Amino acid sequence: MARRSAVKLALQSDGAAQGRGAFQAYLYVLPAFVILLAFHFLPIFYAFYISLFNWRIQQGGFTGLANYANALTNPEFWDSLKVTVYYALGVIVANLVLSTAIGYALSQRIRGRVLYRLVYFLPYVTPVVAAALVWRWIFHAQYGILNFGLGLIGVPAQQWLLEPRGVVELLLQPFGVAPPAWLAGPSLALVCIIVFTVWHTIGFSIVVVLAGLANIPGEVYDAARIDGAGSWGILRHVTLPLLSPTLFFLMVVSTIGAFQSFSSIYVMTDPTHGGPLGTTRNATMYIFQNFFEFTRLGYASAVAFLLFFIVLGLTIVQVRVLGPRVHYQ
Amino acid sequence: MQTTLPRVTRRAPSGPAAVSLSVSRSGEERRRPRRVVGSWLLHLPLILGGALMLFPFYWMLTTALKGLEEASAFPPTLWPTVWMWDNFGRAWQAAPFGRYLLNTVVVATGQTASVLVTGSLAAYAFARIPFPGKNLLFICFLGTMMIPVEVLLVPDFIILKNLGWYDTYLALIVPWMTSVFAIFLLRQFFLSIPDELWDAAQIDGCGRFGFLWRVAVPMARPGLITVGLLTFHGAWNALLWPLIVTGSPNMRLLQVGLAAFQSDARVQYHLWMAAATLTMAPMLAIFLFAQRYFIDAASRSGLKG
Repeated sequence: MARRSAVKLALQSDGAAQGRGAFQAYLYVLPAFVILLAFHFLPIFYAFYISLFNWRIQQGGFTGLANYANALTNPEFWDSLKVTVYYALGVIVANLVLSTAIGYALSQRIRGRVLYRLVYFLPYVTPVVAAALVWRWIFHAQYGILNFGLGLIGVPAQQWLLEPRGVVELLLQPFGVAPPAWLAGPSLALVCIIVFTVWHTIGFSIVVVLAGLANIPGEVYDAARIDGAGSWGILRHVTLPLLSPTLFFLMVVSTIGAFQSFSSIYVMTDPTHGGPLGTTRNATMYIFQNFFEFTRLGYASAVAFLLFFIVLGLTIVQVRVLGPRVHYQ
Repeated sequence: MQTTLPRVTRRAPSGPAAVSLSVSRSGEERRRPRRVVGSWLLHLPLILGGALMLFPFYWMLTTALKGLEEASAFPPTLWPTVWMWDNFGRAWQAAPFGRYLLNTVVVATGQTASVLVTGSLAAYAFARIPFPGKNLLFICFLGTMMIPVEVLLVPDFIILKNLGWYDTYLALIVPWMTSVFAIFLLRQFFLSIPDELWDAAQIDGCGRFGFLWRVAVPMARPGLITVGLLTFHGAWNALLWPLIVTGSPNMRLLQVGLAAFQSDARVQYHLWMAAATLTMAPMLAIFLFAQRYFIDAASRSGLKG
């Protein structure tokens, strides 16, 4: 300890060395700084600039906030947001519930937990495009194994990824009830994509939940047991509250991820039409189409900004509203 | 299922006996709470779920090995009657997958190597060198993580076009040559290196770069492996970015090529599955080889700094 402070003193007296240190630090940060500045930071301002113009392939006339106004009055934009929200809700709820249940089960002293963890994690490693292609084949309306399998237990063949009708509508159909349009729910095609995404990402969530469970100190359980808590009480009043920071993190991360989802929708449904009757065209796909197919660069930028603010707002709401309810140790 | 759980709950013993029991048990593992349900009640849903997780792999492989007629037969056969091993060769030949693979390897390796270098350097500066404006700069770095890629697509596309990098490896690699997550993670590793080591190294005449290279980097090895795997996996997975910044078939990455391959009407399902198998295989092989690090990477990204 004495030696260390002596060295520190010697170093501090040497002002030139400190200056050299700072110079070196800037040099070390420089490569990362340049990349981030050029391709991730300045482009935000450039994107805002572009969004103020009628920018096709070339820069056109200045239009002020017209692109934003056009987006906000365009039903296609709102539809794409609705698809995004349905998708995000479906993926997040299913992911959180399933990963908590499976993670909790795997945290028990059961045989083969390493093997289970491997199996559940496996899909997460596969490239989305290749995996989505496999699911597209499973969901195939004509030759798909799913229709065959469900047919064995008497479920009539479905159109799956080609089905624009809402799931609520489809479920009520056998009873001769037609729900109003706003209650029809996400299209069956979108639900298929949600199922795929949950299959693909659940392994990641399970591993995160397992890490969260492993972080809960054993003393807490001992204390609860001494106080006479049963296993169910411990799960309900000790494990779940102490796991809440992990679940909160998973929720924030999956919200951000769900709002940026692209590959699965691009592969599993027809991207040029936004899936059956546009019912799988989420916000990212809508931006991609306007940019890539219609070359409306200004409009695409405006929509991207609107989406950015929505995600930012949602994250802030999650942190402000749910954050205080999370139990940290 | 959850409502049936309390019935099979086993009560943990309470009172002094429990105290002595839990004290005599050593290790975290033994102190985990007892499970709520019997083991078969756990295994049954876990096995069913596991079968669902694995089913797509089975269906992909068996379809890939069927002939055209059998692949599109309804009702389908659950096992190929004739094993068509040459489907893999035919799928590989049906599109320039060799070229796609080369592109993907170049881009994934380029990104991974540069993220490791730029990430270690910046992380080291943030962790261990005092300099003016450090905290502000670090917060700005973290802030860029908030930006969704959709916002960057249009401006970066125009910037890359103006640089003359459109449809080149540069457009695929350079914008992703660093990663804030990598900097964040490696900084944690470098922060945990005791100051005494740096003091000792200085006395031995070791400079900052020498210390970074000979002491800090080897000590952060698990972190570097995590960052490397995540970057490589991300590059192998990418679709949206390469779709935007490249145009010619020659510059396609594997996933872009596979997506183009499936929208090609001539291609049949058994070849789709063969091609999907082939593009998945390298990632699965790396995973089975480096499982521990993959799962580590996932759980690490879930831990709050």
